[in-house]
Amino acid sequence: MNILTLLIVIPVLTITGILFTKDLKGARLVSAIGMTAQLVVAAILVFMYLGARKAGVTDEMLFTADYMWFKTLNIRYAIGVDGIAVAMIALTAVVVFAGIFASWEMEFLSREFFISLILLATGVFGFFISLDLFTMFLFYEVAVIPMYLLIGIWGSGPKESSAMKLTLMLMGGSALLMVGIFGIYFNSAPDGGPLTFHIIEISKIQIPVEAQRFFFPFTFVGFGILGALFPFHTWSPDGHASAPTAVSMLHAGVLMKLGGYGAFRVAMFLMPEAAHEMAWIFIILTSISVVYGAFGAIWQKDLKYINAYSSVSHCGLVLFALLMMNETAMDGGIIQMISHGLMTALFFALIGMIYGRTHTRNIYEMGGLMKVIPILSVVYVIAGLASLGLPGLSGFVAEMTVFVGAFQHTDVFHRVVTILAASSIVITAVYILRVVGILLFGPVKDPHFEHLEDAQWYEKLSMYTLVIAIAGIGIAPLWLSNTILDSLKPIVEKLAQVAF
Amino acid sequence: MNIGQFIMMRHELLLTAVALIILIAEIFTADNSKKKLIPFSIGLFALVTILGFLPVQEGTLFGGSYQGSHLAALMKNVLNIGVLIIFLQAEGWLRRDENADRISEYFLLTISTLIGMNFMISAGDFLIFYVGLETATIPIAALAAYDRIRSRSAEAGIKLILSSALSSGVLLFGLSLIYGAMGSIYFADVAQTVTANSMVALGFIFFVSGMGFKISLVPFHFWTADVYEGAPVNVTSYLSVISKGAASFIFAIILFTVFKTLTEMWKPVIYTLAVFTMTIGNLFALRQQNLKRFLAFSSIAQAGFILLGILGANDLGMTAIVYFVLIYVFTNLGAFGVVEAISNASGVETIKGYNGLYKTNPKLSLLMTLALFSLAGIPPVAGFFGKFFLFTSAASSGYYILVLIAVLNATISLYYYLLVVRAMFIEKSDNPVPAFKSSPYMRVALLLCVAGIFAVGFASVIFDSIREISQNFMF
Repeated sequence: MNILTLLIVIPVLTITGILFTKDLKGARLVSAIGMTAQLVVAAILVFMYLGARKAGVTDEMLFTADYMWFKTLNIRYAIGVDGIAVAMIALTAVVVFAGIFASWEMEFLSREFFISLILLATGVFGFFISLDLFTMFLFYEVAVIPMYLLIGIWGSGPKESSAMKLTLMLMGGSALLMVGIFGIYFNSAPDGGPLTFHIIEISKIQIPVEAQRFFFPFTFVGFGILGALFPFHTWSPDGHASAPTAVSMLHAGVLMKLGGYGAFRVAMFLMPEAAHEMAWIFIILTSISVVYGAFGAIWQKDLKYINAYSSVSHCGLVLFALLMMNETAMDGGIIQMISHGLMTALFFALIGMIYGRTHTRNIYEMGGLMKVIPILSVVYVIAGLASLGLPGLSGFVAEMTVFVGAFQHTDVFHRVVTILAASSIVITAVYILRVVGILLFGPVKDPHFEHLEDAQWYEKLSMYTLVIAIAGIGIAPLWLSNTILDSLKPIVEKLAQVAF
Repeated sequence: MNIGQFIMMRHELLLTAVALIILIAEIFTADNSKKKLIPFSIGLFALVTILGFLPVQEGTLFGGSYQGSHLAALMKNVLNIGVLIIFLQAEGWLRRDENADRISEYFLLTISTLIGMNFMISAGDFLIFYVGLETATIPIAALAAYDRIRSRSAEAGIKLILSSALSSGVLLFGLSLIYGAMGSIYFADVAQTVTANSMVALGFIFFVSGMGFKISLVPFHFWTADVYEGAPVNVTSYLSVISKGAASFIFAIILFTVFKTLTEMWKPVIYTLAVFTMTIGNLFALRQQNLKRFLAFSSIAQAGFILLGILGANDLGMTAIVYFVLIYVFTNLGAFGVVEAISNASGVETIKGYNGLYKTNPKLSLLMTLALFSLAGIPPVAGFFGKFFLFTSAASSGYYILVLIAVLNATISLYYYLLVVRAMFIEKSDNPVPAFKSSPYMRVALLLCVAGIFAVGFASVIFDSIREISQNFMF
């Protein structure tokens, strides 16, 4: 069996396995086994990919498989990955793995919880391996819909309205996306011949520019909504704040990356002319995302809201980088996706663990946690430092590359927005350090907090996995950066062909 | 014409035979053992459903009045499957003592309407079409009033018969204008000579209005909610799935064949109807508390989606319609099945009444969720594929804005479907619907629905073969 198909089969088998369990213990055991296997497969995939590239395989996509599905519409189950997809798959596998252990004590309707969580993950994996727009879209929606139940049932706070808001906004996004996909499909054979949904095949032809102008905004905004593009980001703070820990991890860590990934793989790659023409609009919007998200985070006192707004800022930076459309910036954007995916997942995991002990997420009600729960606190500081871009951690590599790339544009417009966006680094430092100061240092505010227990083994497992990944990227960024650069080449070339 | 050719009318003949057999069986059963008629009738009908799938010969009968085609046979089979599921679901309700004396009536009336629909689908001229339509409509009014001791049910029957009489009148007037202009009632003749003069246009408008009543398109939908609410759940599901499906089939066939040359004339009409039907159906569904009314309005919105397939005006559109209705049969009957099972067991028919249902009846809740997701068009269940292909066919004719309106409507519909999901899974209740076991018949019906909801989407062979049949039909 194709190794990529395995990435779908394992979660599906895991879900089936959970159906046969009776309680929390069984469900989490099966989930842990399944997602460990998934992590192993993802690791093998990374090595196989690197090995193949080292051996000189220069195909655009590796490990491809192509089966006809709906013959009369030329819809295919076509899969394949390049370096970017491999990196995203590895990220997803790590975050899901950590997420399972972060929800180790999910007592309430535990089987249903793990099933929904893994179903969501299935959608994400499927999305990243798909080369056919139809299957891609199908997996995209599979990933979105379990969110409603996950937030609505297991969430906290105003969970019902948050869940509804999130679901409807994301489905609204997919409505735009669907129109975009139809537009691409029906323009995929301008010289006659069969229409196709296959991304690589479409990238070989040129979609008529008129059609591009019409359909590019649909596609880009459709994906952009998932990537928290201003002004369509409002689902994100509420959704993340209400979601249970593992879901926030997965959603901010992985699902929002679907937006960025789709935006360049589908919208920009297939419609380069329109991308160039309209980039300025979206660059402005994403700069607003970056700065606005960072400022938003400063005022919040709920830990989850802080992190949710910071996600808006960081995901805005991803889209910002991609829209710069040069190799360095796009490379940085993709590293930022992975880096942010890991550290935001770590943040949300930590917030969940802290909340589970203190039963509050209001930073002013806590303090001095460093004294009582040192392990969690230290990891929190690490995540914070990664987030504000300390060298040696993944955030630095990503942001540095993005801004260096963005600054390669010499015109005033790009310079100004770059400087604006770069100012978010300072603001990020403010809100991160402010929280660290209030939350971790100073006197212990509540006497009950003196007796808090530090991290359990499963929590440690969850945290350390993510910390290792973050530090790994920070210390040895080149292998990741090079893998991505290789795969970016066809995309950047296609974009450069029409540059004017 | 030799007698062998009559086999072409196999579907109609078999159904007539079944109706007669049930009638005779009714006479020979003692009063206290009428309930035995239920498994007997269901069994017979299951046999007919299976026989329907035997390969059929194409051709015409009675000088072109009856057209037997593969597509028509396929449509009839789709309807048969739906009716079989409805019969299975009806068992618990028919078994009640108050219905003991009219079990056979239920089957006879339903099968009569089905015969009418079959004739309608195979009609080769407007006369057979009209006779089929009436045969299909009048018995349903009797069915809607089946629980005659309940005044709501009687009211539903009266409302249905009055509004369908009116719509039939309008339709007939339209047909007579077309006949007056063309001098023929045969589809083949009209298709060849029809031109867009004002008389034909007027006749066409009346025809569309009449059909609009049957499919309950906005603005001809006002009867729907009251009738759906008043009629017994089982009859409601028949109305919303089988009647609507059959009417959509014939509407598409007539527009695609008879009025083919007038495509440019009817496209704006259908476009407008589609926008209004989707949007208004959805907006009304938002505020419904009674599940039957809720499903009524949601089914109005679904009819709007079907119009997108008609706008495709090509074989892809035809395929998408048949495929969508097939999926709709499983999906909507799944939802109605749950409503019926719960209504039978506890009398609860409101969304609020479903609060906390997952705790007490997890399987029914999951099935309902699946069905609602499928109605909303969420993958991986079949509804996603059905909607996607309907939208594809509209997009293939360049109606991108309409597709956008439709998908946004699908998003609105997701909101109210999620309200039901929320009631079942998230809301808590002090006295939820108690746990119960539904009858084996109901369980078989629901299992069929689940199988359909999962399989029809993924099994691309179904879509591809429908496409092949439609291609042969259209060209």
